[in-house]
Amino acid sequence: MSLISSTSPHTTGKTDTGAFMRQVLYATLPGLAVLTWQFGWGSVINVLWAVLVALLSEAAILKARGRPLGFYLKDYSAVVTAVLLGLALPPTAPWWLTLIGVSFAIIVAKQLYGGLGMNPFNPAMVGYVLLLISFPAAMTRWIAPGQTPEPAQSWQLFLGQAGVDGFSGATPLDTFRTWAGNASELSGHAILHGQFAGLGWEWVNLAFLLGGLYLLARRIITWQIPAAFLLGVAVPALIASLVDPVRFAGPLFHLFSGGTMLGAFFIATDPVTAATSRLGRFIYALLIGVLIWVIRSFGGYPDAVAFSVLLLNLCAPFIDYYTQPRTYGHRKANRGVGS
Amino acid sequence: MLAKLFGGTHRKNRVYDFHGGVHPPENKQQSNGTAIQPGPLPARLILPLNMHIGAPAKPLVAPGDKVLKGQMIAEPVGAVSAAIHAPTSGTVSAIGPRPIQHPSGMDAICIVIDSDGEDRWVDHQGIADYTELSPGELVDTIRQAGIAGMGGAGFPTSIKVNLGDHQRVEQLIINAVECEPYITADDRLMRERAADIVAGIHILQYLLNPRRTLIGIEDNKPEAISAIKRACKGCDIEVRVVPTKYPSGGEKQLIQLLTGKEVASGQLPAQVGVVCQNVGTAFAIQRAVCHGEPLLSRITTLTGDAVAQPGNYETLLGTPVADLLQHGGVHSQQLGRLVMGGPMMGFTLHNPAVPVVKTTNCIIAASPQELPEPPPEQPCIRCGSCAEACPANLLPQQLYWHAKNDDLDKALHHNLMDCIECGACAYVCPSHIPLVQYYRYAKGEVRQRAADQVKADKARQRFEARQARIEQEQAEKEARRQARLEANRKKKEAGAAAPTGPSAEQAAALKQASLEASKAYKAAVKAAKTAEAQGDDNAADLKAEAERLKAVADKAKAAVRDAKADAPAVAAPADDAVASLKKQVGDASSAYKAAVKAAKDAEASGADDAGDLRARAEALKATADRLKAELRDAKANAPTTPAAPQTDPVAELKKQVGDASSAYKSAVKAAKEAEAQGADNAAELRAEADRLKAVADQLKADLRDAKANAPAPAKAAPAGKAPPADSPKVPESDAPQSVAGVDPEQAAKRQKRLKALKTAYNMAHKQYKDAHAALERAERHEELSADEFNAMQQKVDKLKGKADVARDALDALVEEAKADIRAHTGKDLKTLKLEAARAESALADKQQELAQRRDSAAEETLEALEAELKALETEAHIARKALKQAVEEQGLVEE
Repeated sequence: MSLISSTSPHTTGKTDTGAFMRQVLYATLPGLAVLTWQFGWGSVINVLWAVLVALLSEAAILKARGRPLGFYLKDYSAVVTAVLLGLALPPTAPWWLTLIGVSFAIIVAKQLYGGLGMNPFNPAMVGYVLLLISFPAAMTRWIAPGQTPEPAQSWQLFLGQAGVDGFSGATPLDTFRTWAGNASELSGHAILHGQFAGLGWEWVNLAFLLGGLYLLARRIITWQIPAAFLLGVAVPALIASLVDPVRFAGPLFHLFSGGTMLGAFFIATDPVTAATSRLGRFIYALLIGVLIWVIRSFGGYPDAVAFSVLLLNLCAPFIDYYTQPRTYGHRKANRGVGS
Repeated sequence: MLAKLFGGTHRKNRVYDFHGGVHPPENKQQSNGTAIQPGPLPARLILPLNMHIGAPAKPLVAPGDKVLKGQMIAEPVGAVSAAIHAPTSGTVSAIGPRPIQHPSGMDAICIVIDSDGEDRWVDHQGIADYTELSPGELVDTIRQAGIAGMGGAGFPTSIKVNLGDHQRVEQLIINAVECEPYITADDRLMRERAADIVAGIHILQYLLNPRRTLIGIEDNKPEAISAIKRACKGCDIEVRVVPTKYPSGGEKQLIQLLTGKEVASGQLPAQVGVVCQNVGTAFAIQRAVCHGEPLLSRITTLTGDAVAQPGNYETLLGTPVADLLQHGGVHSQQLGRLVMGGPMMGFTLHNPAVPVVKTTNCIIAASPQELPEPPPEQPCIRCGSCAEACPANLLPQQLYWHAKNDDLDKALHHNLMDCIECGACAYVCPSHIPLVQYYRYAKGEVRQRAADQVKADKARQRFEARQARIEQEQAEKEARRQARLEANRKKKEAGAAAPTGPSAEQAAALKQASLEASKAYKAAVKAAKTAEAQGDDNAADLKAEAERLKAVADKAKAAVRDAKADAPAVAAPADDAVASLKKQVGDASSAYKAAVKAAKDAEASGADDAGDLRARAEALKATADRLKAELRDAKANAPTTPAAPQTDPVAELKKQVGDASSAYKSAVKAAKEAEAQGADNAAELRAEADRLKAVADQLKADLRDAKANAPAPAKAAPAGKAPPADSPKVPESDAPQSVAGVDPEQAAKRQKRLKALKTAYNMAHKQYKDAHAALERAERHEELSADEFNAMQQKVDKLKGKADVARDALDALVEEAKADIRAHTGKDLKTLKLEAARAESALADKQQELAQRRDSAAEETLEALEAELKALETEAHIARKALKQAVEEQGLVEE
């Protein structure tokens, strides 16, 4: 009789990392659907192409590192990175843009640091920032609302065979940044006046919020990061807009424009690169939110999720050292790095 | 948080919450549907001596002993220990190592009982009214019954219920939570024996006198809850239903659930006024106190997909798991994993021969599908599920990270030691990381490090103490040396100021002078004798000269004696008198002898004043005798007898013989003259001459005897007749010290000489001792005349001198041999010995290392080690050989 010999516990929950990642993927579907509804098939094409590039990059580097392919590809982490980057890229992005961003994210930002769990920076955001700095024009050409391209046109955009002039336009964040302080211009731009936020983008963000709530309900993420993130954006926006509504956009506009909801529920919640304790995560995400509002209001870029997340990734280990929870039986929590 | 904000109105019986926790599938319905059944009566029971936490019990039986059910077979040792009783009647067949209930599957000492199948009880009876006993007596009853915590840890109950007067128990908590999946032993016990349990709780209340008594039961056991509530009706026991969540049955978690209190890290519940007891323990206490039955059996849940009749069995302690499995009908083909305890905190058994013990609440015989092999470990993504699940509110993901990196300080900073190893983190981990194993490893490392630290501290203290001792010794040595130098310097100064002071140099000089004087005297005597034999005219002159020389020699001898006598006299002033007496004696006898000689000369030359001279000689003799008597008295008074002068008894006797025969001859002559002159006193004179002749004859006989005795020691001593001061020089001149190599011939010679010297010394020493003893005997019995005593004393001294000479010579030779070793090898004997010992110990170390690593180390490592070992072997051999050779060559025997 050969008996299994192992240490306790002898039973484990049914979850696994792959299942975690798949839940994240499912939760992006509403957002992807609304993006497609608003901006055409470009996002779907981006996402699919990004997934293919990510899997190939991951496989290649795993092979080079002598790791088992199937075991690691099954954790879906590369797919999640690819999908999030694909969603963040403009629907007009040509194939090479996605190829560069995704392969850099997987190979450099993730695998060269040791693969899943070892990377200090969010790989999707590293890829995004690389592209934003290297190809600023291509990265800021979004489809104007109401100019949704046909699927064939999206495909041609992807192949780089069609000009984007017929479709592209400024995003609400871009428009507000351009005309901030000019009351008449601000009121004259229809894109700034949707149902409750920027035209088109309000629905995109609402869809990502829905997906995020699904993740919360499935306990894939905890409330601290999204809540603090949104608070960090909304509170300064509220105060500033009360002080000077012409110079500063309101909280709703900020919350439902650009990458706010995607960032709050899908990007900042990446556990590998976030702080780890409950309090630490709250502080971490709050600072991301504040930083986003600061860069949007005063910086050179219309949106700032990627920069803010990367900057706070830097701080996460430090935050962890000072936010240990109070352990059972201890009067105070330990602080600092220990001896 | 909210509870705190609105906490003013919380109800008295509220149930609090604890952080984290998980909800694994309960799997309790398989075993909780049927009543408790009796377990098997196995043919052989195996009872480990450590079924509990603490010191193993001490066996009271020996193999072959017959035991009855309930008879104590091992007694507790020390405070934290528990007794063991025979669970059934039978024969002790063995006491020895058997596999026991340990995760490592290790062996431990067990008492093995072959059951006789009769299950005959020893005489026993319960206590009708335990309130008549003092709490102390009741605690002892519990201790004698061998009860240890039945929940899982097995801590001896007698300790937990014996808190002492200073500790007030606020809450007595009865743990009936049974939060581990699969286990239903407490559930069935409560359903079926609630009254007995409550009776047991009353005993605990009597012992601990708590303010409140709470029973915590999970809400997934409604039947048990209602049974206990029924049994508790009308008494002061509160039943608290807690939500089903693992690990609410953990002691700390249950305390938090029922009281809101936290047990401080590293402390015991008693410090917050809480005592926790398992419900099964309460039942066991009731059996022991009310029925006099020690802990012989327990309810064990037998469950799992591989069991045909899962359920709860009242199992005798020591029942092999295999017997229980057989009893419950296990399909061995389906058996994939055998767990003792629950699936969250239990451990797998390698061997079903392991016995059921006091803490065995469950045996899970699981099929491979039920508890499959753990999936492979994936990377940690720091998802934080573990931190959400941790009941201790730790950060398991950080602990894992630090444990994996062996960063123990950081792990401790994250409160590693507060982990209760409940397994909730590993249960929820999506990456299937065996987190608890990492924590156990890190904790083990921490404990090891602490133990090493203690060891290192002790070693350091030892080293420092030794260092201090050595330094002190050095300092003392140095101080002594300085004192000695100072004393020598002072002595020298004093010697320069007063040359008469008895310094060693002066003594040596005196000795030398004395030797020269006696040599000169002997030469003169020889010359005089030769002259006499040849009829030379100047024989008389020569004789006179010889006499003068003798007087000089005697004086020198006396001076040497004085010097010797003065040296110890510093300490004992009484010796001064003795010394001066001795001097006087010496002087007197010299004067007497000189006078005798002069008288003889005068007689021989027919001088007129011969008679006068003789008379003076007689007077001198009387003085000498008187002085001698005084000296003897002084010696008797002064217990520390200084070394007596060394004079040759043979020579002395010879002289006496000579004197006596001269006296006789002169007497004969006087008598003849008187006869010829017709003097009246001729007859008297003749009689006197006859008496003198007898004396002379007697002396001659003595001389003969003395001569016969003398040669033996004289031959043994290497210096022969040479004066003592010369003797150490003899071996030195034989063996030049600066030999480059050791000449084997020389060595052999020295070896022989060493042997001879040793024998000589032994003989001389023995003779001295014998003579000394005889002298003492004689002195005690006062058998001897003054002269005889003196002669004997001299003889003893002489023998002692000879023995000393032999000893000196021997020492000198040994030193010389050692010096040769030094010259030959460049090392002295001590170094050689040290080297040999060092080489031997290095060899032993290497052998040990090789033995240890033979199993684990790689092939190359082993080869390298073996090569090293060989080299060390050679080295040790060489060192041994060198040492042996040196010792043998020099003839030095190890002492």
